[in-house]
Amino acid sequence: MVASAEDPMLPQPYRVAAVSRELADTVTLELTPASGLRPAFACGQFNMLYVFGVGEIAVSVSGESAQQNSFFHTVRALGAVSTALANLTPGDTVGLRGPFGKGWPLEAAADADVLIIAGGLGLAPLRPVVYEALADRNRYGRLALLVGSRHPTDMLYRDELEHWREHLDVDVDVTVDHADAGWHGNVGVVPGLIERAPVDPVRTIAMVCGPEIMMRFTVDALREAGVADERIYLSMERNMKCAVGLCGHCQFGPKFICRDGPVLRLDTVADILAVREI
Amino acid sequence: MRNLEEILSKQPFLAGLDGEHRRLVLGCARNRRFDAGAYLLREGEPADEFYLIRQGRVALEIAPPDKAPIVIATLGEGDIVGASWLIPPYHWRLDARAVEPTLVIGLDAECLRGKCEEDHDLGYEMMKRFLPIFVKRLHATRLQLLDVYGRS
Repeated sequence: MVASAEDPMLPQPYRVAAVSRELADTVTLELTPASGLRPAFACGQFNMLYVFGVGEIAVSVSGESAQQNSFFHTVRALGAVSTALANLTPGDTVGLRGPFGKGWPLEAAADADVLIIAGGLGLAPLRPVVYEALADRNRYGRLALLVGSRHPTDMLYRDELEHWREHLDVDVDVTVDHADAGWHGNVGVVPGLIERAPVDPVRTIAMVCGPEIMMRFTVDALREAGVADERIYLSMERNMKCAVGLCGHCQFGPKFICRDGPVLRLDTVADILAVREI
Repeated sequence: MRNLEEILSKQPFLAGLDGEHRRLVLGCARNRRFDAGAYLLREGEPADEFYLIRQGRVALEIAPPDKAPIVIATLGEGDIVGASWLIPPYHWRLDARAVEPTLVIGLDAECLRGKCEEDHDLGYEMMKRFLPIFVKRLHATRLQLLDVYGRS
């Protein structure tokens, strides 16, 4: 779905309205359109962000869809473009194309238990789902959020996680891969949290985003818990370039991640998920 | 004792164990409670009792010389604490510390080893229950070692 300009290849100018530092190398950008009109987006979709003179990358939308005037993008400084994005300051201008792709299955999740499983920066594309589910809480059954990160100091949106856990009708469980004895939370991998998640596997819709290897282990744990492949959704990541299914850079077997994904139902990709050449 | 039998019967770890074998395990079991910060196991000490967590949370730790302990994993309700009781020389290889007040079923390792030696069917049932736990923890450790959330 392309909801912005008539020409999906033409970046539109957006102004950096605010920059929030999340972690030492990670920021959330609030971007407002120069035109004044921000296109609608679905949770799980992504935009192509263009730093003039540097390059363009795909970044998932990490903010609320109800927030009409801005896109929020959480960016970790890893390569040239993401580092340039992370170094932007309020008032700077970037190019933006999008939103693109298919998002999370909020329709299918209606009346179901919702199990959201995020690893590392994978929480960013899932945060809009949490916002949506909390804003329309009665539409869903039990709501559980499982989050894994490397270390307590690397935990994304930590204040929000604590707020959700303490004040809102969502079960939040977090775990870290490494910690010292001063950490009183869980230590271990995020799939290990699944067996204790307070959801009914038969009526659960699971939404998973994180490093691909983490998602593979998570799929194993979900299956073991009794969640059917048709009820598991993954957000896949490949090298998105054109974002409209033309260039083929993001090909994943018979699918283009930019057009057919990034959110894909497990049963449609299960047979190629562990194929290393893909 | 009936109370302990009821508690044991609800543990997923012992699900499917027949009545006679369950009674043998029960004969090696007792209720225990650990305050937050108390150690269930200490590295190097004899593996003479292992634990099934009823309620609470336990951190498995390694203490490098001159450094603060590193938490390897945390365990919760229904989890087993301690595997070295099965393997000679029957000494713990890790510390296990209660993160919060923790209720456990303590299982006398020497008692259970003896019963497993006398009754190999019971020994096989124990192995069938422990091996998946070991494999799951090995997989989890591998995933932790991969450092999947690190900079790439």
